[in-house]
Parts: sequence; structure tokens; C-alpha cells
Amino acid sequence: MPRLSGATMSLLSARGIGVTRNGNRILQNVGLDIKAGEIVTIVGPNGSGKSTLLRVLIGALTPDRGTVTRTPGLRLGYVPQKLAIDATLPLTARRFLDLPHRVSDAVAAKALDKTGVPEVAKRQMADLSGGQFQRVLLARALLSRPQLLILDEATQGLDQPGSASFYRLIEGVRQNLNCAVLMVSHELHVVMSASDRVICLNGHICCEGTPEVVSAAPAYRELFGTGTGGALALYRHDHDHGHDHGHDHHHDHGHSHNDGPHSKAHDHA
Amino acid sequence: MLDDFLVRAILAAIGTALAASVLGCFVVWRRMAYFGDATAHAAILGVAIALALNISIFAGVAAVALVVAVLIHRLSDRAQGTDTILGVIAHGALATGLVAVTLIPGARINLEAYLFGDVLTVSRMDIAVIWGGAAVVLGVLWFHWSALLLATLSPDLATASGVNPQRENLILTLLLAGIVAVAIKVVGALLITALLVIPAAGARRLATSPEGMALRAAVIGILAAVGGLTMSLQMDTPAGPSIVVMAVILFALTTIGEKLRTIGGSAP
Repeated sequence: MPRLSGATMSLLSARGIGVTRNGNRILQNVGLDIKAGEIVTIVGPNGSGKSTLLRVLIGALTPDRGTVTRTPGLRLGYVPQKLAIDATLPLTARRFLDLPHRVSDAVAAKALDKTGVPEVAKRQMADLSGGQFQRVLLARALLSRPQLLILDEATQGLDQPGSASFYRLIEGVRQNLNCAVLMVSHELHVVMSASDRVICLNGHICCEGTPEVVSAAPAYRELFGTGTGGALALYRHDHDHGHDHGHDHHHDHGHSHNDGPHSKAHDHA
Repeated sequence: MLDDFLVRAILAAIGTALAASVLGCFVVWRRMAYFGDATAHAAILGVAIALALNISIFAGVAAVALVVAVLIHRLSDRAQGTDTILGVIAHGALATGLVAVTLIPGARINLEAYLFGDVLTVSRMDIAVIWGGAAVVLGVLWFHWSALLLATLSPDLATASGVNPQRENLILTLLLAGIVAVAIKVVGALLITALLVIPAAGARRLATSPEGMALRAAVIGILAAVGGLTMSLQMDTPAGPSIVVMAVILFALTTIGEKLRTIGGSAP
């Protein structure tokens, strides 16, 4: 598999990560490097260990094997997949931005402005729409002026225009802050084209490289688009991929209409 | 002034209610009510040990509450029927305590005082311990407020921001044990959770921020303490339960009042 040389200093690097839970090997010998300013996307079927890997990288989970090294003083911004706020906890978007460090009203307003939701400051987090909620999470992550922004399936629950505009926002943020972005996604058609590098994960790293390299790699095509050619795999959106034996399927977003040309004939049956 | 038993009782009740209602907000937000119950019930075992060893009741209760709280904290990490584990430990400690107290030779104690509190008999020393404990609880909450909130919202988000959620959890556990020791003389082991949960629940509808909720919970707690003691004196009812009854009344009032306000506000 193609590996970048270690010439530039990595912001974050993982070596030989292994995680076993209840006898199941979730991750095995996973290694990756994130360099300043690059966009790296992790793709993989459900149950492939994507979220587990992110939790290892942010330090929320100690791997059974392997090490994670960060460049000293690394500023990390993290946007979780979702956040369940208990109904008993009153919390406005403005107050949420103060966690854990208080910011001035001007800074908070600017952050919400940057992510396109200046109007929600005084609203309760629990009352926000899915798109607004994700943008507030992103605004908070940007407050620390991160060198590395990590997003875990940040567009889950958004409709396609919603997630497309969210990814445009991420690209804008990256250009502004010049930060590296590491994201996990199943929305290959949107995400891969914007990435400098794609890592295809299925418990281990199946293949990695530029979107073109990965989408043409046999391992990737086996996971995401058998016999349809690299271009089609790049634009496929279906995420079950016949890889559903024993995996935990927790995605159920409503759009099953994007099956690719080969299935157009029996679409909307 | 402190010679008056009534002044001492009011001071003790206010100190306890203040610390308990603010800490209680976290108990409500994190759905730890049963956890609080288990820790509080274990306090009776602490009373028995304190009597047997002839040490301060506060010390005995704090020590046992601490051990039990940390034990539950550890066990519940493994997520195998936390409910059941809490049930076993809570009632196990309560029953063992009740049995142990009767086995202590020569100790003729009024068990009711520890089950339901006996605030009218607090000494100057008790008040010092209660206010000292309350000050520690409020101080720790003050300095850890943001970190605790973030850990409550999402452990992963906390970790990514450099806050160790396990540490914050442990701090809450320790504070809970502390409040149990502080409150046992005021409302007793069986009603401590009420003092934690009810003011916070009453404050929920009145607040738009976590801090606002804590502040309103504190006000409700203090009103319940003063109102409950007044009720106890006038109607000759037991003090601890009277405080809790008053808290429930305040909870009902804020809930109904807020309902009426929303209905009135949304009417055309």
C-alpha cells in the first residue's frame, strides 16, 4: 500500500493500533499519519471500527496494542457523531460554546456566524434542527483554532443538500484555518472527492491513497462496488454492500434512491 | 444565638439544602438518582460502624458512603445491569447496617434519627461539620463546573478538549458521598436523595441555563428547609420529612405555575 514518507512532521500518528472487545477484534494493526493541512477521510462499512479508531485517536479509548503520538501542544477540534442532551439540562447554543473555556460574546457570535447559524445563539440546544446542531458543534470545535479537526459521521441524519452544504462549510473552514481534517464518513460520493487521502478501513487498513488510487484498488472495490469500476465506486452511496454479516447496522437514513446506474432499472420499486 | 436549638436547626438545614440542591442538578442531569439512593442507604452501615468504633457519626458515614460510591462507580463501568448492582449494594448495606446497629452491645440508639434525620438536636459541632462539608462541595463544584458539565454532555467531547471524564465522574462520586455525610443528621439516610433531586427538578422549568437551574434549585432548597422547619414546629411533624414535603410542594407549584404561564402565554 502507498505510504507517505515521514519527511514532514505529523500532527498525529498512530502505530500498530489493536483493539479487542469481548473477544472480537475490532481493530488490528492500524497505522496512520495526519500531516498539517491535509484532508483525510476514513471510509468503511458499518462495524468496520471507524468510530472506535477515532475514539482511540482523540484519546477516549486506550488501545490494547499500539501507540498514538501527537505533536506537542496539538490543538484538536472534535465534532462527534451526535450528542444526546438530557431533557433535564437547559443549555443554549451560546452557553455550549463556553465549554470548557469561556469565550467572549464577540468570539462566540463570530464562530456561529462562520458556521452559518448566527441566529441560534439564544436557542436551546435541544430545540435545534439536525443541521443547526451540527453547525453549533462545529462552531465550538473551531473556537480552539484547531490544527486538526476530527469529524465522526458529522452529517448523519442530514438530508443530501444539508450534508453537501456541511461539507462545503468544512472545506471553507479548512482553507481559512489551514487545519488538517480527519473525517469518518459513509457518504463516499461527497467526501472522497474533497479528500487528499482516503483510508479504507475494515478492521484493518485495506488500502489507502488518493481518492483515485483507492477507488480503483481491488480491496476497496470488493467492499464498496464490485464490478462497477472505480468511477462508479466513487459515486456509490449505498453502504450495506453485501457486507452485512454480523455487523451492527445503526444507519437508517431514509435515502435509498442513490444506487448507481446499474440498478436504475428497478429503482423505486 | 447558637444556643437556641431552633437557630442551629435552621442553619443546619439551610447548609445541607444549599449544597444538596446544587449538587442535585448533576444528579438529575446524569440520571444518578438511584446511585444517590444507594450511597445514602449505605450510610446506615456507616452509623453502625461509627457507634461500634466510637468515632464521629459523620466520619463513619462519610467513609462507608465513600467506599460504596466508589464500589458502585467501578462496577457500573462494566455496564452489566447497573440497576441490579445498585439494588443489591443499596439494600444490602442498609439491611446490614440495621442489623449491625442492634448487635452493638450497650448501644441504645434511636434508629429513626438516622433514617429520617433529627435536625432539632444538632450541636454547634454538627453545624461546623455541615457548613464545612457544604462549603467543600460547593467549592469543588465551582471550580469544576465547566469540566463537569462537559463530561456530563459527552465523555468523548470532554476527552478531546483535554478534560478527563473519568476523573470528573470520580469527583462527583466523592461529592455525593460527602453530601450523604452532611445530610444524614438533617433529613436522614432515606430522604437524602429527595433533597438532591426535588429542588433540581423544580428548578428545571424555570431555567434556560445550567447555572440558572443550579441557582433556582438552591433557592427552592433553602425555602424548603425554612418552610419545612416552620411546618415541623407549628404542626409538630418530624423535621426531615417536613422539609421534603415542603420541597415537593414547591416542585408542584413551579411545575403548575410554569404550565399555566405557557398556556396563558400561547393563548391568542
